[in-house]
Amino acid sequence: MGEVRSLMAPLWMYLALGAFLFATGVVGVVSRRNPIVIFMCIELMLNSVNLTFLSLARFAPWLPVAHELEPKAWMGGPAAVIFVMAVAAAEVAVGLGIIMAIFRLRDEVDVDEMNLLRG
Amino acid sequence: MEGIWGAGVAQLAPTQVGGPMLLFAVLAAVAVASGVGVVAFNSPVRSALCLIANFLSLALLYFTLGAEMLGIIQVVVYTGAIMVLFLFVLMLLNLAAPGALRESRDLRRLGAGALAAALFVLVVVQAVLPLQEAASPQAADYYGTPMALGRALFTEYVWPFELASVLLLVGIVGSILLAKRRV
Repeated sequence: MGEVRSLMAPLWMYLALGAFLFATGVVGVVSRRNPIVIFMCIELMLNSVNLTFLSLARFAPWLPVAHELEPKAWMGGPAAVIFVMAVAAAEVAVGLGIIMAIFRLRDEVDVDEMNLLRG
Repeated sequence: MEGIWGAGVAQLAPTQVGGPMLLFAVLAAVAVASGVGVVAFNSPVRSALCLIANFLSLALLYFTLGAEMLGIIQVVVYTGAIMVLFLFVLMLLNLAAPGALRESRDLRRLGAGALAAALFVLVVVQAVLPLQEAASPQAADYYGTPMALGRALFTEYVWPFELASVLLLVGIVGSILLAKRRV
């Protein structure tokens, strides 16, 4: 434990870094027009959430109080990260497939021009 | 507060500057710079390369947290599989239409920056500052080892785990359907 602890910064630094990366991803999702870059920014946001999950699970495993396990043995944070990664992988596969299909249909990938469903 | 934070308050050392702080500062600087680069670069390939750097620095941050299994998974899944998929699609689209991926600069960037700054300030004030006292890790030693993670996944979280596998199967079938020329 001592070896591991000596490599660790305080919790709030990890949380602040996660919040900053999430905000950066928000900027990208709102302002970029290339859907692939928008997907990358979504991945950035998911990763910042993963960092937050892991750091909170490391520093504060008692936060979910209604649990029958001993707080130290609670593995919800790492398990949530695994599920986020699985969902992100499925999302990227399907999303990039959709982008390719739209590109085949319209020969362009600008999200501002994608208004097929506007009616 | 005292009962909750316990040892965390006792071992509080916020002014201590040493190896851990330096390591975190370097990794966080890389993560921040590459994260900004993902958004700022016009060329999507440069954004993708920045994203790879960001994922690697996050994997090293997972290692500093003691979550070595998830750091390895981060490298394998994100920088290995997902970024290859991104670069592959970029290659296909770029080859087909070099002019299709232009970006325009307009007022939207300003609005997005203001929105994100507001979000960042809100999160930091509401969630990060109240947790400032937590300076020492409270989880068990085996947190982040493959054995603990696997045991949690196959006992407590077995139903979410199976759901995730079904989701991945649906993703595989869906992307094959989308990639076919004629359905």
